[in-house]
Amino acid sequence: MTDPQSLNVGDQLPTFVRATELAHWNRYAAVNDEFVPIHMDDAAGQAAGYPSAFGMGHLQWSYFHNLLRSWMGETGRIVSVSCQFRGPNIKGQTVTAQGVITGTRQEGNELLVEADLWTDEQSHSQLAIGKAVVAFPL
Amino acid sequence: MSYISDEMNAALGTRLSRKVSFPVSESDIRRWAIAVMWPEPPPSLFWDATYAKTTPQGGIVAPEEFNPFAWMCAESESHDTTVTPDPNDPNHLELALGIPSPGLQFQLNGGISVEYGVRMHPGDVITSESFLASYSEREGRLGLMLFTVIEDVWTNQNRDVVKRSETTLIRY
Repeated sequence: MTDPQSLNVGDQLPTFVRATELAHWNRYAAVNDEFVPIHMDDAAGQAAGYPSAFGMGHLQWSYFHNLLRSWMGETGRIVSVSCQFRGPNIKGQTVTAQGVITGTRQEGNELLVEADLWTDEQSHSQLAIGKAVVAFPL
Repeated sequence: MSYISDEMNAALGTRLSRKVSFPVSESDIRRWAIAVMWPEPPPSLFWDATYAKTTPQGGIVAPEEFNPFAWMCAESESHDTTVTPDPNDPNHLELALGIPSPGLQFQLNGGISVEYGVRMHPGDVITSESFLASYSEREGRLGLMLFTVIEDVWTNQNRDVVKRSETTLIRY
């Protein structure tokens, strides 16, 4: 469990890593009813201008949330998250969700922690960037 | 060349849809958590009721980004009730508004921004109201790209806000 009193600007969040391929995307398609050819079929991904089928943007979004949840524990509360997609998560990439604390402030009986978030793949090209605010009770 | 027609500009601010979910089930939550955590097991908070009672949440809750509207809605109203476009059709927004299609071939999720309210719990019935917020366009690697922002507010059966979001759709 994260101790909010120990958090400092510049601290890095523990990473969330997944070697992504159709096994991940098909499961996400199944729960989100998102059966789109570009996420399931290499030919469809290539027709859209990419080297292969590629993962859903919303799954990168979930990876941001997984990163935050595993870091903050069950006492923390996600206040806000934003995300911009910068590149496709193509087959065979190892995706790492990461974050760094950029600010802290107290509001009432909560500590609000701001963080920059991003996902990249094994050659460090960014796939998504974003920001989050998480609240911890004091 | 521009994708943005007078009809599209005139449609800004229009309510695109109102959806009401079926009651959220523990099974829906568990399966979502399994999928987004795959291949690791999901946190106990999302599937173990006994454990979840011991947490600050007091019981099972859904992951914040859980979608209760996948696989049908209990109620669904679109702006134009005479058409039911395929959501995977890149022109589905304009078709749903009953205005001429901009003739787009592909769509991508360009970004999301969310402010969260109360958590979703098993049994909750969630209502979504979405609005067309803006159109813009710029040249990209794959040609002219149309950026469309959709605002969406979710509330539960007690009218508590679950989340407010803005989603940017990139189409070309």
